[in-house]
Amino acid sequence: MEDATLISRWQFAFTIVYHYLFPQLTMGLALLLVVLKTLYLRKGDEAYNVAARFWGKIFAITFVMGVVTGIPMEFQFGTNWAAFSAFAGDIIAQTLAMEGAFAFFLESAFLGIFLFGERRFGQRVHWFSALMVFLGTWASGYFILATNAWMQNPVGYEEVAGGGVRISDYWAVLLNPYVFVQFAHNQGGAVVTGSFVMAGLGAYYLLARRHERYGRMFVRVGLTAAVIGSVWMLFPTGHLASEQVAEKKPVALAAMEGLFETEQPAGLVIIGQPDVENQRIDNPIVVPRALSFLLYQNWGAEVKGLEAYPERNWPDNIPLLYYSYHVMVGLGTIFIAITVVAAFLLWRRKLFESRWMLWILMLATPFPFIANTAGWLTAELGRQPWLVYGLLRTEEGVSPLVSSGNVLFTLIGFAGMYLVMGLLYFVLMVREVAHGPEAGQAPSGESLTT
Amino acid sequence: METLWFVLVAFMLTMYVLLDGFDLGAGAIHPFVAKSDRERRLVLRSIGPVWDGNEVWIIAAGGTLFFSFPLLYASSFSGFYLPLIIVLWLLMIRGLSVELRSHIQSPVWASFWDGMFFIGSSLLAFFYGVALGNVVRGVPVGEEGYFFQPLWTNFSPTNPNPGILDWYTVLTGLLALACLVVHGASWVAVKTEDELNARARRAVRVGWVGLVALTAISTAATFALRPGMLSGFSGRPWGVVFPALAVAGLALAGYFGLRRRDTATFLSSGAYIVGMMASTAFAVYPNVLPAVEPENSLTIYNASGSTYGLTVGLIWWTIGMVLAAIYFVLIYRLFRGKVSLEDDGY
Repeated sequence: MEDATLISRWQFAFTIVYHYLFPQLTMGLALLLVVLKTLYLRKGDEAYNVAARFWGKIFAITFVMGVVTGIPMEFQFGTNWAAFSAFAGDIIAQTLAMEGAFAFFLESAFLGIFLFGERRFGQRVHWFSALMVFLGTWASGYFILATNAWMQNPVGYEEVAGGGVRISDYWAVLLNPYVFVQFAHNQGGAVVTGSFVMAGLGAYYLLARRHERYGRMFVRVGLTAAVIGSVWMLFPTGHLASEQVAEKKPVALAAMEGLFETEQPAGLVIIGQPDVENQRIDNPIVVPRALSFLLYQNWGAEVKGLEAYPERNWPDNIPLLYYSYHVMVGLGTIFIAITVVAAFLLWRRKLFESRWMLWILMLATPFPFIANTAGWLTAELGRQPWLVYGLLRTEEGVSPLVSSGNVLFTLIGFAGMYLVMGLLYFVLMVREVAHGPEAGQAPSGESLTT
Repeated sequence: METLWFVLVAFMLTMYVLLDGFDLGAGAIHPFVAKSDRERRLVLRSIGPVWDGNEVWIIAAGGTLFFSFPLLYASSFSGFYLPLIIVLWLLMIRGLSVELRSHIQSPVWASFWDGMFFIGSSLLAFFYGVALGNVVRGVPVGEEGYFFQPLWTNFSPTNPNPGILDWYTVLTGLLALACLVVHGASWVAVKTEDELNARARRAVRVGWVGLVALTAISTAATFALRPGMLSGFSGRPWGVVFPALAVAGLALAGYFGLRRRDTATFLSSGAYIVGMMASTAFAVYPNVLPAVEPENSLTIYNASGSTYGLTVGLIWWTIGMVLAAIYFVLIYRLFRGKVSLEDDGY
């Protein structure tokens, strides 16, 4: 049984990490598509519309990947985590089913109009469909985060005799105080991904001296969103998120920070490898008193270390949690540095000549995906060893009769399937980028692809 | 309240079969009715703007099932572990094939995705029938409410430990395939012209003959294996309207198919689907997952969510469905009429 739990965890972790590579891009691009369509309607410059069509194609391919890799997520609650579904289904299925009822129908209907209906229904309908797709993708994100927020911070429930919980306050679940910071932080992360991709591709076009008009537009629009998004990720949302963890899950915070012993005042570990066996950090670089200040705005505050909590409630993979958190924060800091410098150059009208900065923008493109993934690993590893924080431990949630051999079979199948899909996605992206925004703008639809 | 949610979940599953059913059927027949690259693109174009929305119904139905009957969701999804994951893979392959085929202009690329589209669509139709067959036959639910079924054991539906596949569920799988072939072919006939339209009509007629035969055989087999299925009808005789609707839909589909009235054929095959799904739901009720040992069966009473949750759910579900209905009417109206390749896409 122990193995089935572990392999089911691997399967869920693998499929969700892979899945979320796509929605973070589509949620970010959905906002940027609305921006491009709005700029077109306000300024009447056809180039914005061409750009919107080009990013619409990239959006559509990414969206399909997100849809097909998303279906297994809902299924796995039942297939691999049946005991959890039976335990908490009365609550988490509310938000999951609402995602279907309110977000999926909206997205799929208006994406059809956005992709197939521009010529037939005119620009206003096209703009409106972009707006609806944006609302749909973000609403989808909200319902998923409300589900996750309940697992992180269960509210609005009552325990049922014989095990399990049932919903007692619908609005408390839907408006869980935990979800607001999570949603603001997560959507900011999606905007960072979408805008870095747009700016990075623009930088590539400028460096390659191809489609330079569009290259400048992509850098301008992308970078503007990227600088706002990057700052937003640190303050206020990142700051609030860590305060929230410190309040609700102090043991997770201690593990994220690599704080084994209670300290007063507590320093902030910037670099160093956690040695869980000996409960210390190797070769640490510490900023004295900084952690006390960041959490409590008090340079002398006490911060509890892992030793203050029973070991059975420690997150079960402290090093990975620590690294995920540090990678997220480190990359977030670098993003702010890059975007602020680049935005300054843009403002001084020197950016398009500063090829070194264009190089940095281009090479930065993959890193928001890593930062978003690391952020989610932090959230989810920090929830361990609980499936529902404080209520249900992870090993209690797994399907009782599904053997480890069967789960391993499907995990291998997913790995193979996703490898092929990743290759296909990569090939298609390279082709779209090579064609550029000016391809496929012919009057006949024959050469248009979606 | 539990009965109401039973009806609503059955309604959503039926909507899914009605809507995604025709694009699955279109996939299952397209190598036979569409001979050239142009015709295959036309078939894809006929489902292009809508298939994704149709498929949302299975996700939404799954979510609604999870929320209204959490124990059913937990038990059946873990019990049908392997076939469900295989269905997932098929859904993925098929979704990719529809969307990716047009991206690279190469006969090898296009033929590969045509093949995947055909295989994915046909196997999905088959497996949905198998799933329904498993529910009707009953599954080996234990006292704790859980079970695990291998893909097959000895192919006998009377085995106390039956597999997913036995001769009965294979039969219902073939029935579902034939049903969606007729449904999908009549959709393609509605949406296309000329030779493609003529071949689609031929597919309707061929599929119809198979469908009549399989309906008769599997109905007989059902009553032989599960005589209890009839008791629901004797207790509530008004339920016979559902099988009557199925028979009428089947007869009319044949009649209109011969008279070449495509829209009427499509609607008739839809009526057949509604009749068959409703008959099954009616006969199974109040069970939601009949067990081999009848006392272990999951029913609407022992598998449902809390009364408060179901009540609140009714409010948002109604709002969500009204919105979804508006989108669907809107999008089917916007994209009505015969398809051509003069427009964007595919």
